[in-house]
Amino acid sequence: MKVIYFAWVRERVGKAEETIDPPPSVRTINDLIQWLVGRGEEYAHAFEKPVVRAAIDRIHVKLDASIVGAGEIAFFPPMTGG
Amino acid sequence: MYTMPVTIPITIRLQQDDFDVSHEIRALTHGRIDIGAVVSFSGICRGGAIIALTLEHYPGMADAEIRRHVDQAIARWPLTGVTVIHRYGRLAPGDNIVLVLTTSAHRQAAFQGAEFLMDYLKVNAPFWKSEQRPQQTSWVDTHHRDDDAIARWNAR
Repeated sequence: MKVIYFAWVRERVGKAEETIDPPPSVRTINDLIQWLVGRGEEYAHAFEKPVVRAAIDRIHVKLDASIVGAGEIAFFPPMTGG
Repeated sequence: MYTMPVTIPITIRLQQDDFDVSHEIRALTHGRIDIGAVVSFSGICRGGAIIALTLEHYPGMADAEIRRHVDQAIARWPLTGVTVIHRYGRLAPGDNIVLVLTTSAHRQAAFQGAEFLMDYLKVNAPFWKSEQRPQQTSWVDTHHRDDDAIARWNAR
C-alpha cells in the first residue's frame, strides 16, 4: 500500500510518500503507526505527539479504523487551512 | 432541516493563482433573478511578524472534503449557489487565501451557510500553513477556538 505524509509529519519522516508491505497482523491505523515507529527514529519522531491524523483513500478516519483493502493511507497534522 | 433535492451552481477550485472577488460574484449571480442575497468571505494573509505563508495541501482529498461540506451546507440551508476557492503555495501578507461565496433568496441562509463552510474548512480541509518569520519558519498550530466554532454548529 501507498503511504503519504504531509506538513511536519512529512518533514520528520523525511519523505513525502513510500510503498510499504506491513505484515497481516497490522490491521488498523494504530497498528500501522506502531509498526512504522518500530522501523526507525524518524518515524518515532513523526508520531511522538498523539495528534497525527489519518485518511484512508482520501477520507478522514479514526485511529482504530481498519486498513484492510486500503490503497492510499495519509498521515498529517491537524489541519490549518482557511 | 432543508431536504428538498436541489441542483445549484457549485464551483470549487484549488489554485496557486489569485482570484478576483467581484469577478467570482458576477459569475455566480449573473442572469439570476432568484438570488436576494450574496455573502462573500475572503481569508487574507495577515502581515506583522510574518514574511510569507506557505500552504501545503492534499490534492484529491482537499476538493472532495470541500465538496462534502458544501453538500452539508446545501442540505442545511436553502442556498442557491456556492463558490469556494482555496489557494496553495507561497503567499505574502495582503494576499488572498480563501474565498467562500454563498447565495440565497434571503440573507440569513447565505450568512450562516458561508460561516458554516469556513468553520468546517478550517478544521477538516487538508491544508497546512507554515509561517516564514525573520528568524525561523514553523508550522502553524491549530486553535482551540476553531474546534469551539465547530461545536457551536453541532449544538444547533
